[in-house]
Amino acid sequence: MANKVIYAVYDDPEVLKSAARKLVSGGVRVRDVFSPFPVHGLDPIIGVKRTRLGIVSFMFGLGGLSLAILGMSYFMIWDWPMNIGGKPSFSLYENLPAFVPVAFEFTVLCAAHGMAITYLIRNKTLPGMPARNPDPRSTDDKFVMELRTEDNHGVEIADLLQGTHALEINERQY
Amino acid sequence: MHSEAAIRQPLILGHKTYHDITNDIVAPIENKAPKAWYVLITISALIAAYGVGCILYLLAKGVGVWGLNKTVDWAWDITNFVWWVGIGHAGTLISAVLLLFRQRWRMAINRSAEAMTIFAVIMAATFPGIHMGRIWMAYWVFPLPNQFGSLWVNFNSPLLWDVFAISTYFSVSLVFWYIGLIPDFATIRDKVAKPGMKKVYGLLSFGWTGNAKAWTRFEEVSLVLAGIATPLVFSVHSVVSFDFATSVIPGWHTTIFPPYFVSGAVFSGFAMVQTLLLVMRKVMKLESYITIKHIEYMNIVIIVTGSIVGVAYITELFISWYSGVEYESYAFINRATGPYWWAYWSMMTCNVVSPQVFWFKKLRTNLVFTFFMSIVVNIGMWFERFVIIVTSLHRDYLPSSWTMFHPTWVDVGVFLGTIGIFFTLYLLFARFFPVLALNELKSILKISGESYKHEQASQHH
Repeated sequence: MANKVIYAVYDDPEVLKSAARKLVSGGVRVRDVFSPFPVHGLDPIIGVKRTRLGIVSFMFGLGGLSLAILGMSYFMIWDWPMNIGGKPSFSLYENLPAFVPVAFEFTVLCAAHGMAITYLIRNKTLPGMPARNPDPRSTDDKFVMELRTEDNHGVEIADLLQGTHALEINERQY
Repeated sequence: MHSEAAIRQPLILGHKTYHDITNDIVAPIENKAPKAWYVLITISALIAAYGVGCILYLLAKGVGVWGLNKTVDWAWDITNFVWWVGIGHAGTLISAVLLLFRQRWRMAINRSAEAMTIFAVIMAATFPGIHMGRIWMAYWVFPLPNQFGSLWVNFNSPLLWDVFAISTYFSVSLVFWYIGLIPDFATIRDKVAKPGMKKVYGLLSFGWTGNAKAWTRFEEVSLVLAGIATPLVFSVHSVVSFDFATSVIPGWHTTIFPPYFVSGAVFSGFAMVQTLLLVMRKVMKLESYITIKHIEYMNIVIIVTGSIVGVAYITELFISWYSGVEYESYAFINRATGPYWWAYWSMMTCNVVSPQVFWFKKLRTNLVFTFFMSIVVNIGMWFERFVIIVTSLHRDYLPSSWTMFHPTWVDVGVFLGTIGIFFTLYLLFARFFPVLALNELKSILKISGESYKHEQASQHH
């Protein structure tokens, strides 16, 4: 038997959520949901794990902070200490207050850009990528649930989908 | 489902569906631009071209073509720089600070305010760039290994802090803005019929799919970016104020500067947002999304920040007397009663007195009056920087060097030119970009939409 992919199209996030809840409790695995905006509360129903991008950002920020402190100590204290306006560069400890603004800015710079780049790569949203949403209406006003027969052996998806108030149920072989 | 108190005024008026929101925002991009747009962009492009001409003349001849002299050696260039950076602050405040405070009214205005921020920061960055004299050496501001025995830039200097602050602010705002734009570009990509447009918006949308995991990540990134952009906004104008506050010039050497500059920045930024949005909502028929309530909220921010600025002005005056430092006292007496009294009193009138009229609900919900006030505030905030910079410098320690500052046509031309470039960029944005954050508006439609609120209210009773 050929594998089938089923797209159930909804027009309201609440209807979609109750449909997903019903399907999942019936033992169906929902492959994905394509929506025009984030549907709050959907992730735990269909089993999407929490993203770790926040941790990524923290790590990049920590890296930026260390690099900034290290860089400024090298430039100002070790490599070429200068006496500027009677404020000589003797040690990192004494100069630290003057380094706070740049250290802060560089931390933010690295945290923001590191996270943004990771986000784009993990989402596979990069310049030149083709659109991969199954239905162009899913970026407008429709919520499309993707179900695959290969994930759901021995479950009658079609039966369960009845009565979930889906607008359309489209099947495709692949 | 989240719901909102029934007594809160709806943020989206009329009976809109998700599809209506898409149509209302994408239609102006697909259709021919109105005649007014062509007229406006022609005017601003001509002013921009004149400004670019002045900048090229300046670069060819050197900074001597400005009206600077030995005493007032920093004038319109830095005034304009601080003015533009200040204007830029509203965008990030709206998108980051108001996101953290979960203010839903930000969603109709954040996109265009962020665009304004980015263009304003570009204009601001132009000024230090051109006033270096040799702009082709501009990369010397970065700590790069070099041929002078690796002589590094001075990390103790507030001017270098500014380099880091402005470049971080610009690039982080740009990323924040673009990440929010990606899903909306995807909406346009899937909506437009013309194959050329589809291709361009397809490229801009980076292949966005809008699946569940992508949205989870999107929300996390927005929240974390907002979290780190919030201290960034406050730090940027604080660092700009350090350019003055860490010096020993009477009138500049003031510890109140960072909070005073930040609130002034937000004050002028919101005024500029009002100037732009009041025109845009009319021309692009966005009255259902940018409602009177939105305008009123922004006017309330203007009263609050304007009042903080007023308190700061008065505190400065008090401290100059209370400190017992005669140089400080003189600097402030000279501001109010010296040859630049007209600049000082314009600043006081525009920034301290005039925003107080917004205590009247009738006035803060009046669109024509708000537009007029937004221009007044912008003029006032330009004078604030002029007063701080020029009046503090023009009375030197030696009375023999006391002088006045007279701008030349190049000073004026460069300043007008940046206004022209700014409006040109903004008009291009309004024509080709989704001017409202589609995905965010759709997410609040059933919570704050007028007809849905009525439905909910009738269900509860």
